[in-house]
Amino acid sequence: MIDERRLISVLQKGLPLITHPYAAIASEINSTEDEVINYIQLMQEKGDIKRFGLVVRHRKLGYKSNAMVVWDIPEKSVDALGQCFGQFDFVTLSYRRPRNLPDWPYNLFCMIHGQDRDDVKKNLSLMIKSCQVEGVNHELLFSTRCFKQRGAIYIHCHEDENKSERVEL
Amino acid sequence: MNLHEHDKKIINQLQGGFPICENPWKELEKTLEIPADEIISRIKKMKSEGVISRFGPMYHAEKMGGGLTLAAMKVDKERYDEVTEIVNSFSEVAHNYEREHELSMWFVIATELPQQVQQVIDKIEQKTGINVYNMPKLQEFFLGLKFEI
Repeated sequence: MIDERRLISVLQKGLPLITHPYAAIASEINSTEDEVINYIQLMQEKGDIKRFGLVVRHRKLGYKSNAMVVWDIPEKSVDALGQCFGQFDFVTLSYRRPRNLPDWPYNLFCMIHGQDRDDVKKNLSLMIKSCQVEGVNHELLFSTRCFKQRGAIYIHCHEDENKSERVEL
Repeated sequence: MNLHEHDKKIINQLQGGFPICENPWKELEKTLEIPADEIISRIKKMKSEGVISRFGPMYHAEKMGGGLTLAAMKVDKERYDEVTEIVNSFSEVAHNYEREHELSMWFVIATELPQQVQQVIDKIEQKTGINVYNMPKLQEFFLGLKFEI
């Protein structure tokens, strides 16, 4: 029997870049290549694994600026607007989240990208115009620093927290 | 950053998925028309350069039985470093971003069990004396995937 917890934790570190990666993982967890392959396929079918592949850093590819834009949208319009915002190339995340009233009225969160801050703002204007949300209460939150786990290393922000983002080159 | 044509092909293909079979590189070799060795070495290079941040599975935390949330706090400039240290000392805190807003500290909490999210929040509030805004994802909207460069 395959030790699922160990497989999940070993895979979390990333797939080894060698000819037979699944065989290497199998030997690490005292399993067989077949078992590892079958189990990963099963996790993918069940949706436990959202995606199996690679994640790129926008920043390295020229998208140097990004921001979180949050909106205060009436519940009945959230579906339509969440989808409307999601259609733009520069939007990599569109989530409904709970409001924290009274001082946080926002319930729809998008991550948007651009070459620089002005470009991000331009993209936001485009969203507002195209989805006809002029007058809707919103805020744009640029990130300035980010700290990674382990030692609070001080690094530039990549906003790659969303592991299911994709970028087309 | 200038990427080789092959690097772009590899990224575009592998963002969508990676073959799960005995020799996945041989399969990719056919799809991409790039030799297997070259694919491996290009991914290694892009990883070391930081173009690729991860190569492997993206788990669905909630489906896997875990807890996941986005949290935020109002942290004054004077206390920012101290509070960062406290928040980052929790192994459940995955990423921590400073944003230009009164709610200045934003971080992701990922736990093994859903009920542990609230426990971590309680502990952070106790240790910092600052209210934590808990904003778990309620719904995810489909995204168009094209990102022209």
